[in-house]
Amino acid sequence: MSGTAYEYELPETMTLIRCLQRITAVATGLLILLPPLVADDSAAPERARMVRLIEDDVRATRLAIDKAALAADVMSAMATVPRHRFVPADLRKAAYDNRPLPIGHGQTISQPYIVALMTDLLGIGTDARVLEIGTGSGYQAAVLGGLAREVYSMEIIRPLADTARERLQRLAYNNVTVRHGDGYYGWPEHAPFDGIVVTAAASHIPPPLIAQLKPGGRMVIPVGSRFMVQQLVLIEKDASGDTTTRQILPVRFVPLTGGH
Amino acid sequence: MRRAPIISVALLSGAALAFELLLMRLFSIIQWHHFAYMVISLALLGYGVSGTFLTLAYPCLSRHFKIAYLANLLLFAIATVTCFLIAQRLSFNPEELLWDPPQFARLLGVYLLLALPFFFAANGIGLVLTHLRKQIARVYAADLVGAGLGGLLLMVLLYLATPARSLMIVVAAGLTAAAVACWELGLQRRWPVLIVAVALILLASPRLTPDLLVSPYKSLRQHLRVDGTHIVATRSSPLARLDVLESTLIPLRHAPGLSLRAAREPAAQLGIFSDAGGMTAVVSPRAGKDSLAYLDQLTSAAAYHLAPRPSVLLLGAGGGSPVWQARLHGAREIDAVELNPQVVDLVANEFADFAGNVYTGSDVQVHIAEARGHLAKQVHRYDLIQLTLSQSAGTGLSALAEGYLYTAEAFGEYLAHLAPGGMLSVSTWLQLPPRASVKLFATAVEALRRHGIEDPASRLALLRSLQTSTLLVKNGAFSNAEISALRKFCAQRAFDVAWYPGMPAAQANRYNVLAQPAFYTAATALLGAHPERFIRDYKFHIAPATDERPHFFRFYEWRTLPEILRLRGQGGMPLLESGYLIVIATLLQALVASLVLILLPIAILRGDRGRLGSRATRWPWLFYFAALGIAFLFVEIAFIQRLSLFLHHPVFAATTTISTFLVFAGIGSALSRRLAAAHGYTRVLRAAVVAIVLFGLADLLLLRPLFDIAAAWPLAFKLSTAIFVIAPLACVMGMPFPLGLARLGETAPGLIPWVWGVNGCASVLSAVLATLLAIHLGFSMVLLAALLLYIGAAVSFRAAAAGSGAELA
Repeated sequence: MSGTAYEYELPETMTLIRCLQRITAVATGLLILLPPLVADDSAAPERARMVRLIEDDVRATRLAIDKAALAADVMSAMATVPRHRFVPADLRKAAYDNRPLPIGHGQTISQPYIVALMTDLLGIGTDARVLEIGTGSGYQAAVLGGLAREVYSMEIIRPLADTARERLQRLAYNNVTVRHGDGYYGWPEHAPFDGIVVTAAASHIPPPLIAQLKPGGRMVIPVGSRFMVQQLVLIEKDASGDTTTRQILPVRFVPLTGGH
Repeated sequence: MRRAPIISVALLSGAALAFELLLMRLFSIIQWHHFAYMVISLALLGYGVSGTFLTLAYPCLSRHFKIAYLANLLLFAIATVTCFLIAQRLSFNPEELLWDPPQFARLLGVYLLLALPFFFAANGIGLVLTHLRKQIARVYAADLVGAGLGGLLLMVLLYLATPARSLMIVVAAGLTAAAVACWELGLQRRWPVLIVAVALILLASPRLTPDLLVSPYKSLRQHLRVDGTHIVATRSSPLARLDVLESTLIPLRHAPGLSLRAAREPAAQLGIFSDAGGMTAVVSPRAGKDSLAYLDQLTSAAAYHLAPRPSVLLLGAGGGSPVWQARLHGAREIDAVELNPQVVDLVANEFADFAGNVYTGSDVQVHIAEARGHLAKQVHRYDLIQLTLSQSAGTGLSALAEGYLYTAEAFGEYLAHLAPGGMLSVSTWLQLPPRASVKLFATAVEALRRHGIEDPASRLALLRSLQTSTLLVKNGAFSNAEISALRKFCAQRAFDVAWYPGMPAAQANRYNVLAQPAFYTAATALLGAHPERFIRDYKFHIAPATDERPHFFRFYEWRTLPEILRLRGQGGMPLLESGYLIVIATLLQALVASLVLILLPIAILRGDRGRLGSRATRWPWLFYFAALGIAFLFVEIAFIQRLSLFLHHPVFAATTTISTFLVFAGIGSALSRRLAAAHGYTRVLRAAVVAIVLFGLADLLLLRPLFDIAAAWPLAFKLSTAIFVIAPLACVMGMPFPLGLARLGETAPGLIPWVWGVNGCASVLSAVLATLLAIHLGFSMVLLAALLLYIGAAVSFRAAAAGSGAELA
C-alpha cells in the first residue's frame, strides 16, 4: 500500500499518533473536551490486528469505495477506542474480530470495517458536531467522539440508551451525549449537524433529518440486516442546500462481466 | 399376536404427519421459513435412524413387542413437545453461522432434538410392520390413511387454535394412540385410563400451552422493545400468525422508499405482522387528507400520475394503504384483493374505526382471493393493476418458494386484464446489485413478446427510489405526455428513472447515484438485440420465471459463488443468495446422513446373511425401496405445483394433494394384498406400475387443459375435480411398497426394518431433489422422473425376486 499513514509498524505508530494528537489537543486548548485517547493497553495488540484487517478490507474494496485508504484520523480512532468494553462480557474474546456481534436486545455492534468506512464517509473535522440515530452499544459514538467536537446520540430502546450512556461516561467520552427517544425528528436543539449517522433500521430515511444537516454536511446510513450490511447510503448537502444521494456497495462486485 | 393394532398405527401416523406440518408453522414464526425447511427435512431423517435402529435391535425388541411398541408411542407423544421446547431455547441464529462456529453445534442440537419424535413414531410403525409381516398391507394402509387424515385435521385445527395450542393437541393425539394401543394389544386396563386422562388434561387446560420464543432479530420482537408498544390483537390460521402492534409513544411510520423530499410524515398506523416478520400497515386517515399525502411520495404512486381517475385492481391490499393511495389519487373504482381473510377481518371489522372504514366504502370492493385465482374468474378490464410491495415480501417467500405472481404467464394474465391504454404497476424491494427489479423487467419483456408485441420498449418504464423500484407496463405505447408526467413525478421526488421509451443515457443515475447506471444498462440490454446474452452473463439468475419453473426469488448462480466467497471477509456475504444454498446444504447433509444410516447396519451385521440376506437380493431391494420413496414424493410435489395453479390457494393445494394421495394410497395398499393373493406379487406389481405410468402420462398431458376448462368453477367443484384426478393414480401408487414388503417378509424378513429406513431416507432426499429438479428443469420433469423411477423399481423387483428364489405367491 502506498501513500497511506499505515505503512509503518505498530505499535510505534500508535504511540506516534497519540503523541501528535495530544500535542494538537493541547495546542488548540480542547483537551478537556476530547475523550481520553489512551487506550486500554491490555487489548492494544488485538486492536492493532483489527486495524490491519480493516486496512486489508479497504484495500480489497478500493474500487468500490473509491479510495485505497481511509483517513488517518479515522484509523487512529479505530486504533484507540477499546471495542472490548462495548461488547457483552462473554463475547470479549471476539471483540476485535472483524465481524458484527450481538449485544442483546436484538441489536448488534457493527463490523469494525463498516464502522470505519461509515466514519470516513462522514468526512468530519475536529470541530464537527455530529448526530447519531441508534446508539446501540455506543461504539460508533465513541469512535465519532474521538474525532468530532460534539456527538449527540439517540437510542429508541431505553435499556440500551442507559447502558451506553453509563459506559461512555465511565470511559470519559465527555463530548458524547446520549438521549433515549425517537430519532425521526433528530435533535433540533443542537442542529444543524456536520454529520449524521443513522444506524437504526427504518423503513425509510426520515426526511426531517436532512433538514438538520448543515450545508456541506453528510449523512451515512447502512442498509441491510443486523448482521449483514448490504449497502451504505451517503447523502451530501451542498452549499446551496441541495442534496445528492449515493448508494455504495461496500464490496468489490460488479454484476456484469465484460462486454456490456 | 392375532390382529395388528391398526387404529393406534393410524393415530400415531396421523399425529406424526400433523407434527411435521405443525413444526413448519412453528419454525416459520420463531425463525425464518427457509431455515424451517432445512431443519424439518433433516429432522425427518429420524425415520431413517429408526430403520437402522430396528435392523440392529429388532431381535431383542421382538421378545417384548407390546411394551416396545407402547413405549415408542408414549415417547413420541412426550418428545414432540419436550424436544420442540428445548430446541427453541437453543437460540440458534442462522445469520451468525458464517462467523460463529458454536452456532453449528446449536444447529446440530436442533436437528437431533427434532429428529427424536420422528424416530419414535417410525419405530412404532416399523416395529408393527416387521413383527406382523403377514398383515403388512393392512398396517401400511393404516399408516397412510392415518397420515392423510392427520394432515387434513391439522389444517382444520390451525384455523381453530394457535400453533402452540395445536402442539398440545398433537401430544394429546399421540397419548390417545398409546391408550388405544393398550386396548388393541390387550394390556392391563389401568394403563389406557391413565393415558387418556393425561391426554384430556392437556386438551382441556390452555394453561399448559407453551410460549413461543421468537428470534430476537425478527421485526415484531424488535418493535416490541420500544416503549409504548404492545400487541392489541392476534389471529392465527394455516396461512400465518398475525399480530397487530400499537405504538402509543413513538409512531409507526411504515413507508418503504419514501422520497427524501416528502414534507409530511406518514399518517398514524397500526402494524400487522405476519409470522412475527413482514409488516403491513393499517393507516388511519383521522388526521385528514394531508396525513395521507406521503402515499404520493412512493414509487408506487407513479402510475396514478399517468392515468387519471383509473379503475384499479390492487393485488395484495394488506392493511389497506394501497386503497388509500388509490383514493388519494381519485381512483374511480377499486377492487382490492387480499389472500388472508384474517387480515381483511382485522382491517374491516376490529380496527375499522381506526382504519377509517377503508374496506367498506362504496368505491371499494374487497375480494379474499389469491391474485391469479381472482383474475381467472374476472372478465373485467382495468385501467390500472397494482402489484403491491407486500406481495414481493410476503410470508415465507424465498428461493425455495414458488412465486406464481411473478411468472411470464402471470404477467400475460395481467396484460390480458388491462383496458386499452391501461397499465400494470409492479413494485418491489430494491437490491444492489439489481436482482428482482431486473428480473421483473425481463419477465415483462418476455410476456409482451409472448403477447405478440414487437416493440416492448415502447410500453415499459422503470423507476427507483433508495429502497424500492416500480415497473410500469402499458397496454399500448407510452405517449409523450405520459413520459413527461413520469419524468416530472420522479424529478419532484428525487426518484431515478431507469427506463422509459426514448430515454437518453444521461437521464439515468442522477439522484440516487450508483457506481454504475446498473438498472438502465440492464433495461437497455434486455430490450436490445441479444437479451439472452445479457441474462446468461449476469452474475445473478434473472431469466424470467415461468409457471413450470416458478422460483422467482432464486437469483443464485453457481458460477458467482467463488467470487462471493473470496469477498466473504469484506462484506460480500449479503451477495450470497442463501435460499438456494440452503437447499444444497440440506441435500448434502441428508445424503451423508442417509448413506451412514443405510450402510451402518450392513457394516455391523456383515456376514450375518440370515438377517440381511445375500448381496444379490439386498441391493435390488435397496434400489426398489429407495426408488419408491423418491418417486412417491416427486409425484406429490409435482401435483402440489399443478394444484397451486388450479386451486389458487397455497394451503388448500398442499392439503388436498397430500391428504388425497395418502388416503387413496392407503386404500391401494389395502387392496394390494387381495390382488396379490389372487394374481401373484410380480403380476400385480407390473400392472400397478403400468397403471402409474399411464395415469402419470395422462396427467402430464391432460391436466393443464382440464384445469383451464375448470378455472372459473366454484371451489367445491374444483376440489372435487382435484380429488377425482388424484385418486386413481394415488391408489395404484399405494401398491408397490406393501407388495415389496410382503414379498420380503416371505424371503428375507430381516431386511424389513432396513428397507423401512431406506424408504425414510429416500423420502427426505426426494423432497429436496424435487425442489432442485423443479428449479432447473421444471415440474413436468419431476413427474417424468418419478415415472421412470417406478419403471426402475419394477425392474429391480424382478431382480430381487429372482435373487430370492422362485415366486412364492
